[in-house]
Amino acid sequence: MCGIAGLIHRGKSSNVGNELQAMLQALKHRGPDSTGYALYADNDGENFIMRFKVGENVGEGSSSINEDESVYDKRKELVDEMLKNLGAKVLKEEKLTPYSYRYEMKYDDDLMDFSKKIESIESVEILSIGKSLELIKDLGDAKVVLDRYDLGKVTGTHAIGHARMATESGVDIKSAHPFWGYPFSDVSVVHNGQLTNYWNNRRVLENKGMRFMSECDSELIAVYLAEKMRNGATLEEGMKDSLSGLDGVFTYFVATKDSLGMAKDTMAAKPLVLYESDDLVAMGSEEIAIRSILPHEIDTYDPFDGEVKVWQI
Amino acid sequence: MANIKSNENKTKAQSMGLHSEVLTGKTQQKFFNPDEAENFYYWGTYDVDFNKRIDLDVNDLDCKEANKKIDELMSQGYGTIVIKNPQGKHSLGVGVLNKLNLIFEGSLGYFGVGSIDGPTVRINGRVGWSCAENMMAGKVVIEKNAGSCFGAAVRGGDLICKGSVGARTGIDQKGGTIIVGGDAGAFTGFMMQRGRIIILGNVGINLGDSMYDGTIYVGGKIGSFGSDAIESPMTKSDIDWIKRKLKVAEIGENFDVSKMTKVVAGKKLWNYDALEPTEKKGAI
Repeated sequence: MCGIAGLIHRGKSSNVGNELQAMLQALKHRGPDSTGYALYADNDGENFIMRFKVGENVGEGSSSINEDESVYDKRKELVDEMLKNLGAKVLKEEKLTPYSYRYEMKYDDDLMDFSKKIESIESVEILSIGKSLELIKDLGDAKVVLDRYDLGKVTGTHAIGHARMATESGVDIKSAHPFWGYPFSDVSVVHNGQLTNYWNNRRVLENKGMRFMSECDSELIAVYLAEKMRNGATLEEGMKDSLSGLDGVFTYFVATKDSLGMAKDTMAAKPLVLYESDDLVAMGSEEIAIRSILPHEIDTYDPFDGEVKVWQI
Repeated sequence: MANIKSNENKTKAQSMGLHSEVLTGKTQQKFFNPDEAENFYYWGTYDVDFNKRIDLDVNDLDCKEANKKIDELMSQGYGTIVIKNPQGKHSLGVGVLNKLNLIFEGSLGYFGVGSIDGPTVRINGRVGWSCAENMMAGKVVIEKNAGSCFGAAVRGGDLICKGSVGARTGIDQKGGTIIVGGDAGAFTGFMMQRGRIIILGNVGINLGDSMYDGTIYVGGKIGSFGSDAIESPMTKSDIDWIKRKLKVAEIGENFDVSKMTKVVAGKKLWNYDALEPTEKKGAI
């Protein structure tokens, strides 16, 4: 059981960091192990934001092995060297925790090749690359992660998030949601459910050159959709295809720079509540998530089985 | 106590598989002996006065505190309780075992008004998954939509949703009536065993999948029939009964009931009627 939440402000920007925190905190009982945010922020849109980690959070509850912080610094130096070799120009760098960084940079070439080379450095994982996407995930509940990464002041148009209860894989950042839609900039996915044809699909997709960073079944959705889009499908076409291509029970959200979509499996085995108005769309695993940002009386509904919806921002 | 053996309709009863059922079980003797009726005490119930009304704002209470407060108010004789600001909280109003007018001014989360036995509940909002699960008796009216597993394992009473409901409505239903004014999702009536479901709108795929018994009436389109669910002709008594129920539910005033589709169990997977009465009691 995990909790997912998302919101879209139509035609304006808002404090999506705090709003998503309230929604995910209301879903904490569905997943206390880790929390992730994919915030589509009001960045200038000129440069890429790359968020990456050079190690794991080894705090309480973590399933990762403890490493010396000097190892993290060494890996960071290797990343800097690789960026220089690739011709990426780093404009601003921020050390957010001992194991995670946020870089603002200029880069004009193929992101797939770029990501492969960066991630060839031991234990380095790109959490996201995008001009609007700020993808943050770490152990702890929504409030803990918000405070740790100072997300309270982030404004933007839309966001999706995830409160995780680890079932299929370890309690670590690499298995936490959201997953970046490698190698596409600004694509992120959150998922509630279990996929039963993970290994079959993974083998097929790996043979096509796609990359998996964890053993979490949910990562398959991001890779699956990315591969469909790489072959020319629209986001909505890829999502509709996933209803038969992915086996198991799922409700998932996928967001891009200018759209946000939801899909529900054909058995409707995982919950989702939706609220739509002229200026706001809010969705969550439970109504209390929506109520946390909309205290007044509202009309909500459950999407039916096999339903796919995509909203443009 | 009725003597089944001397029933004049013995032949008819036999044809229904009830021919050797003798109501001499432990439950009958222990709890429903008329000689002991005066000493009978139904734990957790209260005598309430419907004219004694109170508002309860649960905005700052969690579900446990709110339910405890409802219990306290019933113990003080309040028979009409209006819950303000339920805010989609889970498990509100569960386990009410006596007559009560319970009104929610807002929406409920999961497992709202579960395991109730007798109250009349009106919810002026939406309900989440598994509303009125295991309801024994009473009436529940939801003004807006409902989530999945609506009326799971309901055993009696009337459960009414004026809007649309999610998947698996009436899953494992054992009795009572579920009425839906709008559409219903996939697997409606999944594994239902007794009781009736009325859906005025469309239903999704796998309607009545693996149903043991019971009846489902559908006013709109059917996505697909589930395993062992078959169509059956509508009879005059079906039409009269549905009309009566819709009137009680305050919906479908001008709905053409005669054009509804009646769905029952094909009884190829499981046939209660072929069971011995003792087996049947265990199965149900």
